[in-house]
Amino acid sequence: MTHPMISLRNVSRTYPGGVTALAGVSLDIAHGELVAIVGPSGSGKSTMLNTIGTLDRPTGGTVRIDGYDVAELSDSQLSALRATRIGFVFQHFHLAAKVPAVDNVADGLLYTGMRKAERRRRAAAALKRVGLGHRLDHEPHELSGGERQRVAIARAVAGEPPLVLADEPTGALDSASGAGVMELLRELNAAGTTIVIITHDREIAAGLPRQVHMRDGRITADSAAPRELASEAAR
Amino acid sequence: MSAHDALPRLAAARMHFTDVVSVGGVGLRTRPLRAFLSALGIAIGIAAMVAVVGISSSSSAGLDRTLSALGTNLLTVSAGTTLLGEEAKMPFEAESMIERIGPVEAVSAVAKVAAAKVYRSEQIPEQQTGGMTTYAARLDLLPVVGATVRSGAWLNAATENYPAVVLGATAARRLGIGAASPDAQVVIGGVRFTVVGILNPVPLAEELDSGALVGWPVAQSRLDFDGHPTVLYTRAEEPRLESVRSVLAGTANPQAPNEVDVSRPSDVLTAKQATSQAFTGLLLGVGGVALIVGGVGVANTMVISVLERRPEIGLRRSLGATRGQIRTQFLAESLLLSAMGGAGGVLIGSGVTVGYALAQDLPPVIPGWAVAGGLLATLVIGAVAGLYPAIRASRLSPTEALATP
Repeated sequence: MTHPMISLRNVSRTYPGGVTALAGVSLDIAHGELVAIVGPSGSGKSTMLNTIGTLDRPTGGTVRIDGYDVAELSDSQLSALRATRIGFVFQHFHLAAKVPAVDNVADGLLYTGMRKAERRRRAAAALKRVGLGHRLDHEPHELSGGERQRVAIARAVAGEPPLVLADEPTGALDSASGAGVMELLRELNAAGTTIVIITHDREIAAGLPRQVHMRDGRITADSAAPRELASEAAR
Repeated sequence: MSAHDALPRLAAARMHFTDVVSVGGVGLRTRPLRAFLSALGIAIGIAAMVAVVGISSSSSAGLDRTLSALGTNLLTVSAGTTLLGEEAKMPFEAESMIERIGPVEAVSAVAKVAAAKVYRSEQIPEQQTGGMTTYAARLDLLPVVGATVRSGAWLNAATENYPAVVLGATAARRLGIGAASPDAQVVIGGVRFTVVGILNPVPLAEELDSGALVGWPVAQSRLDFDGHPTVLYTRAEEPRLESVRSVLAGTANPQAPNEVDVSRPSDVLTAKQATSQAFTGLLLGVGGVALIVGGVGVANTMVISVLERRPEIGLRRSLGATRGQIRTQFLAESLLLSAMGGAGGVLIGSGVTVGYALAQDLPPVIPGWAVAGGLLATLVIGAVAGLYPAIRASRLSPTEALATP
């Protein structure tokens, strides 16, 4: 790879009113990594995830996703970047009520320009991949919390994006379902997807190969920092 | 980073039309009752307008049908009043003189026998005349005024000499006589007359509807009738109608042309129609107001829909929807909503028109321009009502939208 999956340089984000959510963050995440971003609420980790996910633009610094400089892209190009390169998993799933699982997942491909039949075919494949091949026609209210999050993960990966961002994916689940979801994310990572997980649960973070700790909008610790800095110096 | 220049150019994919429609329908599928109610508002407005236009068109089609059956070349010459305010009399020769005008095709006459009142029987008090008038009628009257017999027969050369009467439609109803028969008798001017016929309503000579028509000779012999005609009905060649009209008064009564009124009954019917069309314009305005109210309802629904669906908007943005695609989604929803209302309204309005027309025995006419105009109006309303909410939805920041609980 000639460029990292995610590259943040001195990224800051200040909200109108003077609240600083990110205060000069630099971070590289390579293709194929599985990273936990850990920190208490208000530490800026959600803002960082939104910035990486190009849902929010930084007020300072440079964000590159898969090599693209976010600041140089128009809204429609950013949307295309999200549609093809990034999958999102949310704490509260964000599934459409009264819509079968397969269609919820297929909707994740709506903005890729694929035809409906192709979207549904891929959705069914993605659901099988997360172990819900037998639940294609179930509506969200017929599924358990863990199963709903699996549907949401299937939606995030149906387009086979190189990057998946998960915002507290186990936050609304009991520990058994949460462990299942983490196991699934680990499997996806093993298949090559770069995964960034936000969590305030240190136990979950400890189970992942790399942890980035945040507090007050800054990175306070990065378990891979020495290597990153070394690669930075080499460039 | 040198690799940057080699990156493929990013471009948002276009959505297929079917996907646009199906995504636009998401809000309608998830909240069917609300969609139904706001579409109903539009439907009522469109239905009102289509029905008003349809009923008015059906009525004028009915009038056209009547006029083409009856002809518009009838001129009525009636005795007016003298300068002193007395009832004028036309000369005995009026009919034959008018007949000599070149373009005149036919002439017939009736004469009001004012003294002879009509009663159901001798038991009826004298004051209760029932608003009916006795006319002495020429035998050739019916084809000239376009009248037809509903029951029994018209007067003939024999019955015109005897106490036989043909009742107008209204007169027959007031007297309670449903059919002509030898047993049906009425009292006219103190003489018993047998009802030999009943007429259908006569649109071009409505005065005959409340009349009791008797033969000219019998009126003279039994009812003290002086023989002067009071109304002459004249059919003339259509292209030369106006020139005939201008000489009619002078011909009918050369001594006092000012005592004669000439009118064209079909003009009166057309004028009535014109009056009701002015009213149609008013009703159309009311329908338009209903439509605007419906449009406000759609706008309201859309604003609420955008507020409620902020998380969905955020999710769609995270899935790669552009601002334009979000805007399109809500515009499509608004257009679908009002198009449904418009289609429903056209159906309801057409149904009302057909029902009314059939009930009134009119040819049902629903003008294509009314249907097309109604549907076009709904689309314009849908676009206007949906534009602001759609723009608001597209301007939502994805992170704020996702953060909405």
